[in-house]
Amino acid sequence: MLKTLRQIARCGIVSEPPPPPADELRLRAALQDEILAIMGRALCIRAVDAGSCNGCELEIQALSNPVYNIEGLGIRFVASPRHADLLLVTGPVSAHMRVALERTHAATPDPKRVVAVGDCGCTGGIFGERGASLGRVANVIPVDVAVPGCPPSPTRLLAAIRAAIAPAGRPREPGSSGR
Amino acid sequence: MPSSRWFAAADTAQVAAGVLLRTVTPAEWRAAAVDLARDGARLIALWADAATTPAVYGAFAIADRVLVLELAADAEVGYPGLEDLYPAANRMQRAAADLEGLRSTDRDLRPWLAHGTAPHDYAFVRVEGDGVHEIPVGPVHAGIIEPGHFRFSVVGEKVLRLEERLGYTHKGVERRFTELPIDAGIQLAARLCGDSAVAYSWAYAEALETLSAVEVPARAAWLRALCLELERIANHLGDLGALGNDAGFAFGLTQFSLLKERLVRANERAFGQRYLFDALVPGGVARDLAGAPELAACIAWIAAETQVLRDIYDEHSGLRGRFLGAGVVQPELAARLGLTGLVGRASGQAFDLRVDRPHGAYREFGVRACTSTDGDVAARVAIRFDELFESCRLVAGILAALPAGPYRTAVPRPPAGRLGIGLVEGWRGPVFVALVASPDGGIRRCHPHDPSWQNWPGLEHAIIDNIVADFPLINKSFNLAYSGHDL
Repeated sequence: MLKTLRQIARCGIVSEPPPPPADELRLRAALQDEILAIMGRALCIRAVDAGSCNGCELEIQALSNPVYNIEGLGIRFVASPRHADLLLVTGPVSAHMRVALERTHAATPDPKRVVAVGDCGCTGGIFGERGASLGRVANVIPVDVAVPGCPPSPTRLLAAIRAAIAPAGRPREPGSSGR
Repeated sequence: MPSSRWFAAADTAQVAAGVLLRTVTPAEWRAAAVDLARDGARLIALWADAATTPAVYGAFAIADRVLVLELAADAEVGYPGLEDLYPAANRMQRAAADLEGLRSTDRDLRPWLAHGTAPHDYAFVRVEGDGVHEIPVGPVHAGIIEPGHFRFSVVGEKVLRLEERLGYTHKGVERRFTELPIDAGIQLAARLCGDSAVAYSWAYAEALETLSAVEVPARAAWLRALCLELERIANHLGDLGALGNDAGFAFGLTQFSLLKERLVRANERAFGQRYLFDALVPGGVARDLAGAPELAACIAWIAAETQVLRDIYDEHSGLRGRFLGAGVVQPELAARLGLTGLVGRASGQAFDLRVDRPHGAYREFGVRACTSTDGDVAARVAIRFDELFESCRLVAGILAALPAGPYRTAVPRPPAGRLGIGLVEGWRGPVFVALVASPDGGIRRCHPHDPSWQNWPGLEHAIIDNIVADFPLINKSFNLAYSGHDL
């Protein structure tokens, strides 16, 4: 126990300030004010792997490490879509995951936001859109924000998540919202 | 050894260093598989190719050699199945039937990767009796992990049987390969299984370079080994943290995830990428290493911090209580199932391509094989610690003695129609790529094989008689691939 406490003290606080919301990644601006009124600044995310190579998942997992400290921003990953405000979906959507993705989306209460993650989630990426690969997430469910990258860095993911919940087009100080 | 006769030079062609190809008749296919099994050979991969002359292939490893059997197969009659000799062949044969339409003569004809229009009609094996009920889990899982379906048959808390249903991330990658130029195929190879990008891109590059008869410069080979070990360290750090967390020790996740973040940032400084998706190219590596001293310092720091954390893990009675005796796979069962890679080594299967078939930096430094015969979660945790320290030693050695010279060479267009093989010990185990070029500079056939094919059935055995609540921990101790497996 002493070793554990000593290690915690030795480590200190390593969290970095979050990036500002990436407004340029927004696909849909509708409902922003209504969503903010309901959700406030806290946010519950359900991550859905709809056919990804597992690369994007590594960076989504990294959001919870002490450097990005996503929970410190009031954002939490939850185990059920019924508890979620936002779906973080990686792709490409495989034909075999289509029904599961549609059901997960349907099970998420309104108002909800969807962030498509990675080159494959945005366009189908190297897997394309043919046969067993249905391509981008927006081919199956409506998408609000799409963040490219292979995989997108945790900083870009955070900026995209914040773009999905930040008021559109309002000037802000970096790191001032979402706290 | 009875299997020696199948390696006779007169009847085989060498397709790579230590890899022989032999064309067989259906009777010889069975006889060779029997002899190889008797001598303790392991089935590395089994796949089919229905494009021109339908054929089925089996790759077997024994000591430092690999034998690939090629059998002309009749789509009507079916080829002789090998499930009785190599249980892992079951799903590989079913996948070959799904993808290439070539069936084996074994009895289990259920689809595997093809879900068809009614995926919920899959014929799970039912467990019947008083108080037995089923728990279906997935495909969408509770954590940030890949999708798949698990069907538990339980009585009370105890698991009587687990049956896996995979294929949810099936993206048709083998067909996708045939649409790409052969040089660009390495980018898809790196994205078959995102946590094993280096292992797959190296195996692909090796297959291509073998076909083109290119030897990569020494510096390139060493830098590839460096990337592979960095990938191993990153994944082991991630797993060690997650295993602590799944046993209720969140401190472990926080600490190890910080180490992993520092490592992938060091990767970015050294190779321009946090995860080394495009670090390897045909003929070498995409760019030379930058900032070797900083990378060496980061690895030394990770090794030191990990030693502190290992002491904490070892002394934590709560963790010991959860890890010890959970999810046991005895060495005899592991041998029978053909478990491979890290999971196999934790159950006495002392095979590691870096030890058994060393080349380049691995021959220079000599890799110490990390094994245990305990076969439980604690053993799989210990192997990760041991391998992590060994990888840190290798990285330090490579950085200190990196050969000078070019880091990349040109790869001419390979001859069409011949089989190229790549085989690399990724962090999970042996990653295998079979590659055939087309005459126009494209890919006629590419079959990538993940070690998870062998180890998924092991998980079904490991959970028997454990309680449902221990499944996440046992599953994480295996940490098998979905995307890499689902093709």
